[in-house]
Amino acid sequence: MKRSEWKAWLYLLPALLFLAVFMLYPLVDVLIYSFEESYNSASQSYTGIGFYNYSYILRDPYFLQALKNTLILVFVTVPVSTALALLLSVALSSIKPLRRLFQTVYFLPYVTNTLAVGMVFMILFQKTPYTNGLVNLIIGLFGMSPVDFIDGPYAAKMLVLCIYTVWVVMPFKVLVLTGALASVREDYYSAARIDGTSRFRIFRKITLPMISPMLFYLVITGFIGAFKAYSDAVAIFGTDLNAAEMNTIVGYIYDRLYGDGGGYPSYASAAAIVLFLIVLTITAINLLIRRRKLQGGDAQ
Amino acid sequence: MNVAADFDRVARRARIQRILLKVAVYTLLAVWALVVLFPFYWMLLTSLKSYSAYNSEYIPQLFTLNPTFRNYVDAFSAVPLARYFLNTLIYTVLTTGIMLITVIPAAFAFARLEFRGKNLVFTVLLALMMIPNELVIITNFVTVTNLDLRNTFAGLILPSVMSVFYIYLLKENFEQVPDGLYRAAKVDGTSDLKYLFKVVVPICRPTIITVAILKVIECWNSYVWPRLITDEAAYYLVSNGIQEIRENGFGRENIPAMMAAVVVISVPLIVLFLIFRDRIMEGVAKGGLKG
Amino acid sequence: MNVTLQNLTKRFPARGKKGEDVVAVNAANIEIKDGELLGLLGPSGCGKSTVLNLICGLLAPSEGQILFGEDDVTELPPERRGIGLVFQNYALYPHLTVLQNILFPLENLKGEAKLTKEEMRERATRIAALVQIDGLMDRRPSELSGGQQQRVAIARALVKMPRVLLLDEPLSNLDARLRLQTREEIRRIQQETGITTIFVTHDQEEAMSISDRIVVMKSGVIQQIGQPQAIYDDPCNLFVAKFLGTPPINVFRGEVRENCLYIGEAAVLHLKDTPDRAVYVGIRPEGFVPDEAGALVCRQKGVEIMGRDVSVVATHEALEAPALRAIVSSDQKLSRKAEAVAFSLKPHKVFLFDRESEERVPFAVKEG
Repeated sequence: MKRSEWKAWLYLLPALLFLAVFMLYPLVDVLIYSFEESYNSASQSYTGIGFYNYSYILRDPYFLQALKNTLILVFVTVPVSTALALLLSVALSSIKPLRRLFQTVYFLPYVTNTLAVGMVFMILFQKTPYTNGLVNLIIGLFGMSPVDFIDGPYAAKMLVLCIYTVWVVMPFKVLVLTGALASVREDYYSAARIDGTSRFRIFRKITLPMISPMLFYLVITGFIGAFKAYSDAVAIFGTDLNAAEMNTIVGYIYDRLYGDGGGYPSYASAAAIVLFLIVLTITAINLLIRRRKLQGGDAQ
Repeated sequence: MNVAADFDRVARRARIQRILLKVAVYTLLAVWALVVLFPFYWMLLTSLKSYSAYNSEYIPQLFTLNPTFRNYVDAFSAVPLARYFLNTLIYTVLTTGIMLITVIPAAFAFARLEFRGKNLVFTVLLALMMIPNELVIITNFVTVTNLDLRNTFAGLILPSVMSVFYIYLLKENFEQVPDGLYRAAKVDGTSDLKYLFKVVVPICRPTIITVAILKVIECWNSYVWPRLITDEAAYYLVSNGIQEIRENGFGRENIPAMMAAVVVISVPLIVLFLIFRDRIMEGVAKGGLKG
Repeated sequence: MNVTLQNLTKRFPARGKKGEDVVAVNAANIEIKDGELLGLLGPSGCGKSTVLNLICGLLAPSEGQILFGEDDVTELPPERRGIGLVFQNYALYPHLTVLQNILFPLENLKGEAKLTKEEMRERATRIAALVQIDGLMDRRPSELSGGQQQRVAIARALVKMPRVLLLDEPLSNLDARLRLQTREEIRRIQQETGITTIFVTHDQEEAMSISDRIVVMKSGVIQQIGQPQAIYDDPCNLFVAKFLGTPPINVFRGEVRENCLYIGEAAVLHLKDTPDRAVYVGIRPEGFVPDEAGALVCRQKGVEIMGRDVSVVATHEALEAPALRAIVSSDQKLSRKAEAVAFSLKPHKVFLFDRESEERVPFAVKEG
C-alpha cells in the first residue's frame, strides 16, 4: 500500500511543483507584497508593514481612472453582450438551414488574436488627417459630424472599447447559450404549443427559467472577464493607456510592475488584491441573489 | 360554413406571421454575421491595397481592383516577423507539450489511484481555479526577473504551463474509462504507467486533443506575460510583435503592411479552428474562457 | 366528439438528394366515436406516433383531412384544436410546482375564454381531485414518483377541458406494477369524463386491456381496426395474428392438399372446399389439446406449471420459431419426462395465411 501511495504522489509531482512555484507561492507572496511599505526592488528591502500601499493606490488618479473605466466597461458590456447573445442564440436555435454556418462565423472572434483584430477596429474607427475612417463615413450618412474615436473625446473612446469588448466576448456567450437552449427538451415546447401558449410567454415562462442557470453563469463569468479587461484596450489604444485615459485595473497593475511607471510591485500587488476583492464581492452578491430567488420561488 | 371561414383566416394569418418572423430572424443573424466578418474582410482588403492607394483614399474604398502582395513582403522584411512567428511556434509547442506531460499523469492520479490526502489536494486544486491570473503574475514576474530568466524561453514558458482547469477536465474524462479495464490490466500484471499510456490515453484521445488545441489557442494569443517578460525583439511573440510594429515600427504610417502582418498572424488559428471546429467549440463550451 | 381521419398521409422528405420520400402514414382512415377509448398499436416506427402528432397538429399532413365532429381541423394550429396531449415522458415543467403546471394551460386563455384566478384554481383543484393528486399541489415534478408525474400530466391535459385527449405511450415509463395500476386509472378517468381518448402504445397487452377498439398499424399502413377480442379472434393477416396475444401465436409452415391441412406429413385438419396452396398455419397457444390420438406430434422440451394453466414447450420441424408454446388446462395429465407430445387442434384457434401474401385464407372444417 505504501509503495503505491508513494507512486501516486510521483504522478502528481510535476503538476504540483508547477502549481506550488507559480500559483501557490505567488498567492501568498502577493499578499505580503501588498503590505510591505516602500518596497525597493533593487535592494529588496522595505520600511514597514501596513496599509500604505492600499491608501496610495486609492488616491492615485491613474488607479481611479482605471477603476472608473473598468466599472463602465463591466456595467455596459456585460448586460449588452448577454442580452445580444440571448437574442442571437434564440434566433439561431429557431432555424435549421445555415445554422451551422452562422455558428461557425459567430465563433471566429474567439480564435483570433485580440491584439491583431483590435488594430482593425482601430483603423475602422480612426480619424486621421488623411481619412475620417469607415465608421465616420457611415455616421456621416446619418448626418453626424465625424468624431475621432481613437484620440478624441472620452465617451467616443469608451464606446469603441465597449463595442470591441462585446465583439470579443460574444462567441463564448452565444456558444454557451445555444448549448443551453438545445438542452431544453422539444416536448416542453410542444406541450406549451398545444396549450396555446404565445411565443413570448413560452420564452418567458419556459425557456428563460430553464436556461437561467446558464445565463447566471454567463453573467458571473462576464463580470469576472470584464473586470480583467486589458488586451482589448491595448489593441485599440496602444500600450500607453494612461495617456489615453483608457487604462483598466489590470493595465494599472502591469504598468506599476514594469515599464515607464513600473518598479513598484507593492502597488501592483495592492491593486491586484483590490481587483480580486471586487470580483469576489460581485460573485458573492450574485450567489446570494440567486439563492434568495430560488428560495422565493419555492415559497410561492 | 362560417366557422370554416374563420379557421381559414386564422390559419392564413398564422402562416404570414411565421414567414415574417423567419425573415426577421434571418436578417438579424445575417447582420451579426456581417459585424463579425467585416473586420476580417477589412484587414484582408487593406492588406491588399498598395501603400499609396490606401493613403490617397480619403473615402475608404470597399474593394480594390489592384490587389498587391507587396505589403506581405514589406511586413516580413521591415521587421523580423518570421522571427516572431518562430518564437511563437516554439513557445506554443513547448508550453503545450510540457502542459500535457504534467497534466496527464496528475489527472490520472486523481482519477484512478488511491492515496491519502487525495480529496484535500483536489479541493485545493479546485479552489485554485478561482484565482485570477493577475494575482499571481506579479510574483512570477519578480521570480523570473530574479532568476535572470527575462528574455529567455524558460522564463516565457515555465509560468505559462499550468492550467488547473485542464487537470479537472481530463480527470473527469479519465474517470469515464470503465473500472473493468483497470482491473483487467492489473490482473494481467500491467503497470499503472503502461495502463495510462496504452489504455487511458488512447481511449481519451479526443479530450486530450481538445485540451491541447485550447492550450495552443491560449498560447498563440497570449500577450500579457510575454510583454512583461521580453523586451528584446529576438524573443517577441506575434502579439508583442504586432504591438511593437504598431507603436515603433512601420505600423504608424504603413497601415496596409501592418494589416498584412495582422492577416499573417490571424490565419494559423483560423485554419486550426476550421479543421477542429466541433472539438474546439465543444471544449470551449465545457468551460474555456477567453483571457 | 367524433374524430375522423380521412385518407390521412404523411410523407417525410428523404435524407440526401436521391432517396425516395419516407411514407410514415399511408392513407389512414379511422373513425373514432364520441367517448371512445381507442388504442393505436404497432411496433416502433409503424407510424402510430405520427398519427398522434397529426391529430394534435404538431405535424401537418401531406394529404387527407382530420375532422373533429363536423369541423375540419386539418389546417388549424394545435392550440385551436381543443386537444389535450400527455407526453411519453410527461414534459412537466421542472421549475413549476404541480399546481403551476396544471394552471399553465389556463393562463394562456385569452379574450372571452379568460378565467379569473378563483375559477382557474377551482378548475385545477377539481381536476387534481379527479386524478387523485390533490395532496401534492405544492411539490415539484422532481419530487414525484413516475406514477404521480403521469397523473399530473393527465391533469394538465384535462384542465382546459379538451375535446379530445391524446396519450403517447402513457405507460412506457412506469415499472410493471405501476403500469397495471395506472392503466386501470386511465380507464377510470376516461370513463368518468367521457372524453374521446386516443392513445399510442407498442404493448399489445396494454392496448387490449383498456381500449374500446384498437387500430393495428405496420409501416404506416393500418392493418386492422376493431374491438380487441374481435381482432384477436379474427386477425386479418399474419402480422396482426403474431402481434396480438401473449404468449404469441405459433406459426408452422403448412400446406392445403385435397381439402386436408398438412403440417409436415401429418394431416391435422380436414377441410371443406378449400383450394390447394402453401400456407402458414397460426395456432393460438390455447388451441392445442393434448391428445394421444392427435395428429400433430411434437418433440416435447418441457412443461412449465403456472398454477391454473400448464404451458407445454415443444419443437416441430415445420415450426417457424425455435419452439412452440401451448397453454393447456392443468387438469390434463402430462408427463414432464415424455419425449413427444401429440396434440389435436381447436379449429377456431387455427388461422391459415397465404405463404406469399401472408393474408388470411378462410377455410371451413369438415364436420365429423
